[in-house]
Amino acid sequence: MSVALTARAAALPRALERGEAAIEAEDIVVEIDGKTILDHASLTVRAGELVALIGPNGAGKSTLLAAVTGDQALTGGTVSLAGVPSEEWSLRELARRRAVLLQDNGVSFPFTVEQVVEMGRAPWRRTPREDDDEAAVLDALLETDIEHLRERRVPSLSGGERARAGLARVLAQRTGILLLDEPTAALDLRHQEDVLRLARERAQAGDAVAVVLHDLNLAGAYADRIVLLSAGRVVADGPSAEVLTPALIEAVYGQAVEILTHPTSGATVVVPVRPAPYTGKAHS
Amino acid sequence: MTATATRTALDGAVPTAPRSMAARRVLLTVGLATALVVLVLVSAGTGQLYVSPLEVVGAIGHAVGLDIAPMPSHPNGYNALWTIRFPRVAMAVVIGAALAASGLLMQAIFGNPLAEPGVVGVSSGAALGASATIVFGWTFLGEWTIAATAFAAGLSATLLVYLMSRANGKTEIVTLVLTGIAVNAFTGAGLAFLTFLGDQQAREQIVFWQLGSLNGSRWQQFWIVLPLVAVGLIVATSMSRRLDLLSLGERSARHLGVNVELLRIVAIVVTALLVGAAVAFAGIIAFVGLVIPHLLRMIIGPSHLPLMVTSILGGAVLLLGADLVARTAVPMADLPIGMLTSIVGGPFFFWLLRRTRRRAGGWG
Repeated sequence: MSVALTARAAALPRALERGEAAIEAEDIVVEIDGKTILDHASLTVRAGELVALIGPNGAGKSTLLAAVTGDQALTGGTVSLAGVPSEEWSLRELARRRAVLLQDNGVSFPFTVEQVVEMGRAPWRRTPREDDDEAAVLDALLETDIEHLRERRVPSLSGGERARAGLARVLAQRTGILLLDEPTAALDLRHQEDVLRLARERAQAGDAVAVVLHDLNLAGAYADRIVLLSAGRVVADGPSAEVLTPALIEAVYGQAVEILTHPTSGATVVVPVRPAPYTGKAHS
Repeated sequence: MTATATRTALDGAVPTAPRSMAARRVLLTVGLATALVVLVLVSAGTGQLYVSPLEVVGAIGHAVGLDIAPMPSHPNGYNALWTIRFPRVAMAVVIGAALAASGLLMQAIFGNPLAEPGVVGVSSGAALGASATIVFGWTFLGEWTIAATAFAAGLSATLLVYLMSRANGKTEIVTLVLTGIAVNAFTGAGLAFLTFLGDQQAREQIVFWQLGSLNGSRWQQFWIVLPLVAVGLIVATSMSRRLDLLSLGERSARHLGVNVELLRIVAIVVTALLVGAAVAFAGIIAFVGLVIPHLLRMIIGPSHLPLMVTSILGGAVLLLGADLVARTAVPMADLPIGMLTSIVGGPFFFWLLRRTRRRAGGWG
């Protein structure tokens, strides 16, 4: 082993211990044009857990995620990754530590799916982990069920396929921290479950995963912990049984719901209170 | 050991398509390089005084002390080649390469295949700087003055277009094209004013700038343009990988470790450098930066490293060919080359605009 190789290895991030705080965002305040988007919101994600961020439109979920990733400038508060304040990270080190999937997965030029997924390996160039490139790309393509699309050009894909290509790129990055902003938005039923199952597996393997979700049932079924935001504040943070309660959901979303426990899996199921289904019979 | 084994196993699983893409890139690069060499020899020999390609090789060989091919049979052949033809051919090669690379670079940072120095007004901005130098007789940097003012004015124009056409980290096509119209209108007024101010000789030169021509290229000019373009092309090529990542969007590129702000500034400066160097002595030659990268992208895909290399070659071939036509299409006349590239480039731009619109479902 050459000295150069050892030097390269030293630059690689150390793996996080299970239960160690991967992301600590404290008292985040974000104001845009004088409007408060986040009001002293805090978020902690530990290695080995899947945390879902939920809340109505405009509650500040994506902004909180953007504040954690550094895309959004903070008016107040602090963000640390793996115990180190975010401003002390270089962009390259950060890219080896955490991967981010944004809502917008557009690509401005007609790259193929495979080329886009390979881009996820860019942070590992000139490190020993470069040797994993091909395996990481292939795994990511298989995990997101787009292996058959690898030669297709991204602009020619459907919205859901493009979203999966974006996810594959983020998975191929193979970082210990995953931040996903509405990864299920464009997906059909099966691929929604696939994505959350994948996120779940990554968490079980020791990664820290934070996912912005709209579907409360997906959050209830897969998340270790749910953070509920409302008007820029964290109003609840805990296991699904504590957060997904009729009172809390109705207060935040303004929609009455019933909470059921699935008879076999025991998962929490949220059902909006709806009028009786239309049966075709006229009302008397 | 295990890594090697895995890699071999995976190699088998990879379908043959990427390999054919790699083959396509090699074929295209070799083809363009060959075309460039042939065209250099043919173009240098063609004109009122004909010299065969073999004799052109002989003339080049003689100058560097090699006796590889016969010297030009015409008594004035050797001198005509070295004082008139070669500087012009060399300028065409360097300027064509600079224009194509600057177009590709602009498209990458704007994230938009329609960005091009001529279309968005960077070229005319640079021409404004060059014309002012002529009219006011500036010489503060000696013979480099024109190149410097063309670069400075081109840089201002690029920054202006960039700042005006970006909104929320994106460049909409309509905004880009309208910004181009605004910048071109402004520089057009500036050029008109300078034409009005200048004397007879300055006027002629400004008109020449607006038409674009390689007529009267001299070695002295070439040695100014070459280092500027060489630096620009080296930096542009070294950015290729990061430009690939930039097509995922600025935020995603940053999350993959790219310093987007730095990349953007360097790309803008390099664009201005390339355009300034090209415009300084040849005037406005539009659409090379639009047509070449676009055609090559259709053949070998959007990956920036092979695209940059082939665009440099392709731009040189295109401008060399266009200059040959400009010199020989009408007997005893030297057509403005900028006019030729626009005759082809204008309709091409329009076609591209229609196609992009159809795909985007409107003028968004």
